[in-house]
Amino acid sequence: MHMKKLFVISGLLVLSACVTINIYFPAAEAQKAADKIIDEVWQLKNGQKPDTEKTPAEKTPETQPAESK
Amino acid sequence: MMKIIAKTLSLQDIRMQHLAWALLAVTLFALAQLAQAAANMEIDTPAITALKNSMQARHAQLLPHYNSGAVGLTNDGLIAVRDTTAVPLKERGGINSLVASENADRSALYKEIAKANGHPEWEGEVRQTFAGRWIDKAQGGWHYRSGSDWAKK
Repeated sequence: MHMKKLFVISGLLVLSACVTINIYFPAAEAQKAADKIIDEVWQLKNGQKPDTEKTPAEKTPETQPAESK
Repeated sequence: MMKIIAKTLSLQDIRMQHLAWALLAVTLFALAQLAQAAANMEIDTPAITALKNSMQARHAQLLPHYNSGAVGLTNDGLIAVRDTTAVPLKERGGINSLVASENADRSALYKEIAKANGHPEWEGEVRQTFAGRWIDKAQGGWHYRSGSDWAKK
């Protein structure tokens, strides 16, 4: 019977879609999300080389806040 | 495809046709969700924001220790005490608790991101993604784990 075949195919499609959703890890998007969070936590400006440390308020970017060993 | 479906259905009960369309709709919906999931990761939940703020506040205290090499970045998305000889004795205890609090926040962050995106099982992959990005974005002079050794950026 043709209908049965159609249902089996549709059912398999639905199942495969669900399985795909479950195993797929969006690596590129995760990296973008990680960058955004790290920039905020470490207070880095987007795209800027982090060679000067920015500390909030008191210190200006021109002064080196910490001596490096 | 549609022709075949229509031809098949013309001989069948009309209710079956409705069911077939419903199944097709569910499939399309599932695919649409997949596409949406790929568009962006959810990172704007209250739990994630709170962890982010907590880590940002702690960073001012950790920064001198990253710079001196007392604390380094591990390859599993955490931080670890590396060499405290440069740190005054009375501050050494403080470092341990600072590192422990930071690691607790970081682990919770990875877990929350996986959860916020409907896939708690992604926690490990989120952690690995972060591990690579923390090290990539680390400043010159900071230490990070490379294999079983410490390396300096």
